Amino acid sequence: MYAYLLRRILATIPVMLVVALFVFTLLHLSPGDPAAVIAGDYASPTDIARIRHTLGLDNPLYVQLGIWLWNVVHGDLGTSIHSGAPVLKLLGQRLEPTLALSATTMGIAVLLAVPMGIVAAWTAGTWIDRLVMVFAILGFSLPVFWLGFLFMYGFSIRLELLPVQGYVSFTQGFLPFVRHLILPSITLGMVYMALITRMTRASMLEVLREDYIRTAHAKGLKPRTVLLLHALKNASLPIVTIIGVGVALLIGGVAVTESVFAIPGLGRLTVDAILHRDYPVIQGIILVFSGVYVLINLLVDMVYTCLDPRIRY
Amino acid sequence: MITAERTPLSLQEQRVQPKLSRFIRRNPTMVGGMVLFSLMVLMAVGAPYWGTVDPLELNPIERLRVPSMLHWFGTDMLGRDLYSRTVYGSRVSLCVGVCVATLSMSIGLTIGLVSGYQRRLDVIVMRVMDGLMAIPAILLAIALMALVSASVQNVIIALTIPEIPRVVRVVRAVVLSLREQAYIEAARATGAKLLRIWVRHIMPNTVAPLLVQGTYICASAVIVEAYLSFLGAGTPPEISSWGNIMAEGRAYVRIAFWILLFPGLCLAATVLAINMIGDGLRDTLDPKLARRI
Repeated sequence: MYAYLLRRILATIPVMLVVALFVFTLLHLSPGDPAAVIAGDYASPTDIARIRHTLGLDNPLYVQLGIWLWNVVHGDLGTSIHSGAPVLKLLGQRLEPTLALSATTMGIAVLLAVPMGIVAAWTAGTWIDRLVMVFAILGFSLPVFWLGFLFMYGFSIRLELLPVQGYVSFTQGFLPFVRHLILPSITLGMVYMALITRMTRASMLEVLREDYIRTAHAKGLKPRTVLLLHALKNASLPIVTIIGVGVALLIGGVAVTESVFAIPGLGRLTVDAILHRDYPVIQGIILVFSGVYVLINLLVDMVYTCLDPRIRY
Repeated sequence: MITAERTPLSLQEQRVQPKLSRFIRRNPTMVGGMVLFSLMVLMAVGAPYWGTVDPLELNPIERLRVPSMLHWFGTDMLGRDLYSRTVYGSRVSLCVGVCVATLSMSIGLTIGLVSGYQRRLDVIVMRVMDGLMAIPAILLAIALMALVSASVQNVIIALTIPEIPRVVRVVRAVVLSLREQAYIEAARATGAKLLRIWVRHIMPNTVAPLLVQGTYICASAVIVEAYLSFLGAGTPPEISSWGNIMAEGRAYVRIAFWILLFPGLCLAATVLAINMIGDGLRDTLDPKLARRI
């Protein structure tokens, strides 16, 4: 098993290398000279040449790539063209709201979607099942930002139950922190919930047809025991896989949700970076988000062995 | 004679009638999706004929008017008729969705076919595809849009690139499973050229999974185009797209919610229709996969 884990960890290196190469190419395809942008409108050609030399932009491309990769591995993602601050510092400043939003969303989605999928599978063919499936297909189809505004208009502007926009750190009080996260988390979680619900239902339906489930029923076990201990445990692999794969949807949705609810996280930073054509920041964000995605899917693969002892690598 | 001619026709009619109703009964999701999608296509194609005015015509006196008989969906902050803007906006969304699905399927099919057959190339291609898939699709599209100017063509390209790896994977899986089949070996033994094997024997087997994948790509492209426009990285503001209309209306959410409501409803209906067609196609073409998902 350890050999498999090592192989799996090593397999992430070429993937991240491709991502890094893409990100590096992105900077070099970007229009305009970064040295000229940093130097400003009134800089002389000498000033620009000096900055080019300082940044190493006068080196051959493969040398630049080598230096850039070396810096990235050492945690140096470059400097923002717009603010002049190190990219890693900017990412660090915006991390908390995004982490809080993502964690809450994942928590709500898993806690609601898995039971919904189980109930739908258990009551397959009934109106409950159909209702859950309608929710699942709607969850895929409703645009995140539109849903966000719909919730905001209904719960915040009309009913005045929750704050309209913004973010309050948990250090400033737990209740305001939670109140500010409820609507964004539900908004962002809809697609994720739809995905997990569908997979849970399908996976449970598959398992519920198995002989050992019939045997468990025949033994006189309680339906709840059969459902949760015998069926769910065996149906959990595809569910865990989809939770990992769905993180990509979550990351994409973060930029939109943060923009709707004015949350100063990494998603907002992405939007600001696009508006300012701040390529080093865009590069840093792509690297970090892709790294997180790869890491989560690596963890999912590792969880397999814990969930199903039959799996031996 | 006349009776003899008419009898088979009426029999055929009798046979067609139950077939159609049986198809509708068996595939309510797909039929529902097709009806809804056809309505959207009709809306886009006949945009000038559905009682619309120029979607870019400014009328400051009429700004922020609530929905009424005069302005069915109300007006925006510049007095533009929202019904007209929404109807014309369907053109951008449908064009982007269909173009992205077609392009990504064509490019993905070619790469998948070649990759599935050339083992050395396969290793490199699949590593690149894995890398591209590791970047969340919206982020990749945003990054690509940051490099180029805002236009519908660039949006289509930026949305196609993240979808290609998904198609390549589907096609490659089919090719790998078919490559060792006896009938393919027999075709090779009879001297059939590689291109002929691809076109005659492999490609027909990719049609079903590609069609299903294509509908999901189309739905995803429609929704991500709106996201990009909403974030300011999509179609230029002078083009009426659903994402643009909602992006402009966001500042008026308190006083003119209808600016967001109607384009959003149309966007949701379109994506819902395409997803329903996709689900229906999957159930019909790949019952094994349908049981799993």
